[in-house]
Amino acid sequence: MDCGDMFRRVLGKTLGFLGYTVQYGCIAHCAFEYIGEFVACSGPSMEPTITSHDVVFSERLSRHLCRIEKGDIVIAKSPFDPHMNICKRVIGLEGDKICTSGPSDVFKTHQYVPKGHVWLEGDNLRNSTDSRSYGPVPYALIRGRVCLKLWPPHNFGALNQSPTGRIVKRSD
Amino acid sequence: MAQQAGAGRRYVRAFVSGFFVAVPVTVTVLDRFAYVARVEGASMQPSLNPEGNVTGSDVVLLNRWSVRNYQVRRGDIVSVLSPKNPQQKIIKRVIALEGDFIKTLGYKNRYLKVPDGHFWIEGDHHGHSLDSNSFGPALRTPWRARCSVKCCVWCSHGVSLGLVHGRASHIIWPPNRWQRIEPSIPPERMPLLNWHADATEDEEKD
Repeated sequence: MDCGDMFRRVLGKTLGFLGYTVQYGCIAHCAFEYIGEFVACSGPSMEPTITSHDVVFSERLSRHLCRIEKGDIVIAKSPFDPHMNICKRVIGLEGDKICTSGPSDVFKTHQYVPKGHVWLEGDNLRNSTDSRSYGPVPYALIRGRVCLKLWPPHNFGALNQSPTGRIVKRSD
Repeated sequence: MAQQAGAGRRYVRAFVSGFFVAVPVTVTVLDRFAYVARVEGASMQPSLNPEGNVTGSDVVLLNRWSVRNYQVRRGDIVSVLSPKNPQQKIIKRVIALEGDFIKTLGYKNRYLKVPDGHFWIEGDHHGHSLDSNSFGPALRTPWRARCSVKCCVWCSHGVSLGLVHGRASHIIWPPNRWQRIEPSIPPERMPLLNWHADATEDEEKD
């Protein structure tokens, strides 16, 4: 066996390896982009539903099919820093009327959610910067819907309903 | 008989394995590297679609790799997911980035500072473009209504950087319009000053 043969064999194996890497890398991209991804949350804004350092699974299909509903917990890109993600609950969809005044205010103020936007709030209302401070968030910034909590193991399973009672009722 | 069944099964297996290679690779390339899109509407005349829909719309190549870290430059033509309709993409030119002071055109001629994480986009054809400037459908004149303007009323503080989809780098169709798209801002639309740049200058003077 001369050097030419050995070189051809090594080249063939390397190309084959690269081909498999590209193929499985693309399959992984499609899985994370269109099926779902694992997210580690940090911060107190979604307590008690999600506490800091929990790991959740967020599925992407609802976002691509535009089936995000009121009451869903979503992961979205932060409107003020696209490298950061926020995890909040959807309180209102486009067209809903949101009460923006606090419970202790005398005069109630309202705001309508514009077309193509959603209103997000954390479950821990006292310790959450959300749409109450930065306004409605474009739907296209949503990445996925959180459907399952994976860590810690004693809290494994589906997530609870909103404890705040702020979700806008459907007005017929 | 058995031979034909064997050949059929081989073809099916070849097709399935080819399918599982071609589809993920194509989808990944379209999502991460390059995307091709047809431009509709007249809001970017004369840079894109200069003849309207008469000779056919321009087709542009969108570079998605260059915006993976949300780095856009003033003067780029970018495609953006519409804040008004998440399933639509809009092509406009970047006029100002976060921290810039600009003077808005249109209804309420006023000055504003583009907030952090946002940027300001405008169509080149100001008389016929609903973009970061407009506050209602009043600009759409009836005789142009056929040129389906694919842009809508924005929020009046710019568009979030997280919505950027790709940078239009080349026009690839029709063949007589093959060209590379260069970044340029019309001089009357340049940002007035940049908050961050001017702040550091003041510190150095002290």
